[in-house]
Amino acid sequence: MAGEVDKVFKALAAPERRLLLDRLHAENGQTLGQLCEGMEMTRQAVTRHLKLLEEATLVVSIWRGREKLHYVNPMPIHEIAERWIGKYERGRLRVLAELKSKLEGETDG
Amino acid sequence: MAESQFVYVTYIRTTPEKLWRALTEPEFTRQFWFDTAQKSEWTPGASWRIVKPDGRTADSGEVVEIEPHRRLVLKWRNELFPEMTAEGYSRLTYEIEEQGGTVKLTVAHVMEKADSKFIKAVSSGWPTILSSLKSLLETGESLEETRRWPDGM
Repeated sequence: MAGEVDKVFKALAAPERRLLLDRLHAENGQTLGQLCEGMEMTRQAVTRHLKLLEEATLVVSIWRGREKLHYVNPMPIHEIAERWIGKYERGRLRVLAELKSKLEGETDG
Repeated sequence: MAESQFVYVTYIRTTPEKLWRALTEPEFTRQFWFDTAQKSEWTPGASWRIVKPDGRTADSGEVVEIEPHRRLVLKWRNELFPEMTAEGYSRLTYEIEEQGGTVKLTVAHVMEKADSKFIKAVSSGWPTILSSLKSLLETGESLEETRRWPDGM
């Protein structure tokens, strides 16, 4: 699954794509037209960024009648948080716990 | 738009059959879904509910569509919090697709109401439940924090 994680990080590496994710987070389920409103990008550029976001599964699109609606998929970011940030956070907590027991040990001694 | 919806997609290295059992059978759900069990006859129109470890019903509804190992649609209402019960029934769809060695699970949860409190509340729970489900099916172990019902709920 390393390739999948790479796709997520690459998709997140562009400010335009992070902006699109933020806009979907603020209002989930938008059409391409809605996403283009107020963006300083051509429709083609928005389409291209959305395609990369979809390939990384950060965005999922669902047809509703004739409209294609875009939704944020929270799973890839959640999994990154779980596997990476959680891991380092636990490490930091362990260091603090060790520091605490060391300092308390010194007081006792 | 007068609805609230969240969509979750995750890829799991498993089979559609195993994933289906994990989503519906208590011996599996207890491991990754906060020690809860789902009770239903699993036929169209059958009642459906999620039972907490203390025996109380957390959510209830009915089976709308069922196509084993492929698709399940439920009517789903929260029964624990009056302000969420008052919002009425949401619609939950699971879709399972095999894609070259992995299985794509799509979970869509929708309420025909803007700014639904219920959809907002479950939107923080679903990613945790689904990653724990993935972990259980791929490694045999669910995530520790999902093995028991959270305190104070």
